Amino acid sequence: MDKHKSLGITQTKYYTFAETPNEMPLESGGKLGPITLAYETYGELNAEKNNAVLVLHAFSGDAHAAGFHKGDDKPGWWDDMVGPGKAFDTKKYFVICSNCIGGCKGSTGPSSINPKTGKPYAIDFPMITIVDMVNAQRQLIDHLGIKKLLAVSGGSMGGMQVLQWVASYPDMVCCAIPIATTLKHSPQQIAFDEVGRQAVMADPDWRQGNYYGHKQPERGLAIARMIGHITYMSDESMEEKFSRKLKDSNYSFSFKTDFEVEGYLRYRGDSFVKRFDANSYLYITKAMDYFDLSGGKLFPAGRKINTRFLVIAFKSDWLYPAYQSKEIVHELKIRRVEGTYCEIPSTYGHDAFLLEIDEQAHLISHFLNTAYENL
Amino acid sequence: MEMKKNIKLDNKIICDIIERESKVLDLGCGDGELLQLLTKEKNAQVQGIELSEKAIYKCVEKGVSVFHGDIESGLNGYPDKFFNYVILNQSLQETRNVEFVIKEALRVGERVIVGFPNFAFIQARFRIFFKGKVPITESLPFRWFDTPNLHFLSTTDFIDFCRVKNITILKKFYLGRGKAVKIMPNLFAHNAIFVITLRRMK
Repeated sequence: MDKHKSLGITQTKYYTFAETPNEMPLESGGKLGPITLAYETYGELNAEKNNAVLVLHAFSGDAHAAGFHKGDDKPGWWDDMVGPGKAFDTKKYFVICSNCIGGCKGSTGPSSINPKTGKPYAIDFPMITIVDMVNAQRQLIDHLGIKKLLAVSGGSMGGMQVLQWVASYPDMVCCAIPIATTLKHSPQQIAFDEVGRQAVMADPDWRQGNYYGHKQPERGLAIARMIGHITYMSDESMEEKFSRKLKDSNYSFSFKTDFEVEGYLRYRGDSFVKRFDANSYLYITKAMDYFDLSGGKLFPAGRKINTRFLVIAFKSDWLYPAYQSKEIVHELKIRRVEGTYCEIPSTYGHDAFLLEIDEQAHLISHFLNTAYENL
Repeated sequence: MEMKKNIKLDNKIICDIIERESKVLDLGCGDGELLQLLTKEKNAQVQGIELSEKAIYKCVEKGVSVFHGDIESGLNGYPDKFFNYVILNQSLQETRNVEFVIKEALRVGERVIVGFPNFAFIQARFRIFFKGKVPITESLPFRWFDTPNLHFLSTTDFIDFCRVKNITILKKFYLGRGKAVKIMPNLFAHNAIFVITLRRMK
C-alpha cells in the first residue's frame, strides 16, 4: 500500500447560498442567510456519482482535512486517513470535507459580516445547532450534484453531525461512521463547555461579544482551550507525555511554569487564540450542548433504515466514553440496523481518533470497500 | 467453490441447518468465518457479537457486521424473535451465566443452535480414569490453568438441561473426527450441535 502518498497541494473552496429572501430556517426558529460554507474535495466524483464520502471535523477543525496548503509545512487535520491508498482512498472515492456554520474557518459565523448592518454579527448571530450545520451541508451536497453519499464520517462533533445526517436525511446516507462521539451531550460534557464559555465571557476583552476591531478575549479563550486539552487527553497519556518533568532543573517556588504540562497547556491555549474566534467558541460549544438524538430521535418511528453503521470508540476516551458509543449500538439493535462496533484500545484519550490511525484505517477501509462493492 | 474444501465440519453442519435468507445472530462469532459462509451460501442477513478486538478486524475484512462486546450484554436491546437463528457455537461453555444466555438467545431467536465440546468423549474418560488427569482432547485442547471454558458438560447433560427447562430439541448432530457419529454419541462424539426452541413441536 502506498500509504505515505500525499494529496500534495489542496485548496479550500467556498459555496454561498441562502441569499435574501431565501434565508435558511434554523432550528431555533430564526433564519440565516446568505450562508457561505468552506469545503475541500479530494479525488474524483465518478460518472454514477456514488463514490462520494463526506468527512466532518471536530469542534475546532476546518475544511482542510488533507494535503498541504501552499506554503504550509503541516498537512490537513486527517491527512493520515485521507489520500491515495489511505482509509478514505482518494483514488477510489470522492472525499468532501465541509466546515460548519458558526465557525471562523471560512464559513458564515459570528465573526462574518452581517449584511443588515455591515458589521460582524458578534452575538447577534443566531443560535445554531448540529441540525442547522447538517442542513447547510445538505445544500452543499446538492450543489455538488450528489443524491446519495456513500459514507458520512467524523469524530467527536464530526460524529454528532454524522448521526444528525442519518436522522435528517437517512436516504442520502449509505454508510455512517461516527467515531468517539455520542447520541447526546451528557451533563459532564455540557459542564466542561460551560466552564469554557464562562472563561471567555469573564474576560473583560470579550466586551459582550463586540470585540471585533479590538483584541480578542485572549486570556479567557486560552483558559477555555487549556481545559479542553485536558479533556482530550487521558491520565495515562499525560503521564507518558509529561510525567512530572520540569522545564528547568529545579522548582522555581513561584507561579512561573515549573512543570512541562503547564507549559504545554499554556502553549496550546496561546496558539489557539491566534486561530480561533472566541464567539465561535461560544456558539459551537452551545450547538454541541443542544445535541440530543436519544430516545428514538436517531431513527424516527416507522422509518426503514438502510444505512449501515461502523461505530468506533476508544478505551481511554473519558470525554466521549465508550458507553456513549454503545448507546448508539443499542439504538441500532432496537431498530434492527446492521452495524459494526469496535472499541479500540488506546491510551490517547479523546485525541485517539486523530492519532490511532492503523486500527481505524483498517476498519474504515474494509468497511467502505464492502459497502462500495455491494452498491 | 474452492472455499468449500476448507470449511470446518461444524460450520458446514450449521450452514446446512439454516434456511436461505434467514436472519442470523452469531454470539461469539470469532473471525466471522461462519457468518461469511452464511452470507455467501444462504444469502443470510447476519450479525455477529464478539469480545476479541483482533477478531473484530478479521470480521470487518470479510465484510461481516459485528458488535464488539460480551455475549451476556450483547443480546440486550434486540426485539423478541428478531432472528430466525441465534448461534452459540463453541462459546456457551465460556459464558459465565449459561442459563441467562440461553434464555435470552431463545427470546431474540426463533431457534438457537448450540455447539459445544463433549466432556464425556471416550478419550476424555480414559484420561480421567487411567491417568487421573483433566481431559485434553481435540475439542478440549486446553490445560486446566489456561482454559477459557468455565463450564464442562456432556451431550447427556445438555439433553437433561433442556428437559428440565422445557426447551424443545429439534435436531441433534454428533461430530467425530471429521465425520458424523451414529452410535453411542455421548461416548464417541467430541463435539455436539443442537437446534433448540421454546416452541412445542407439533
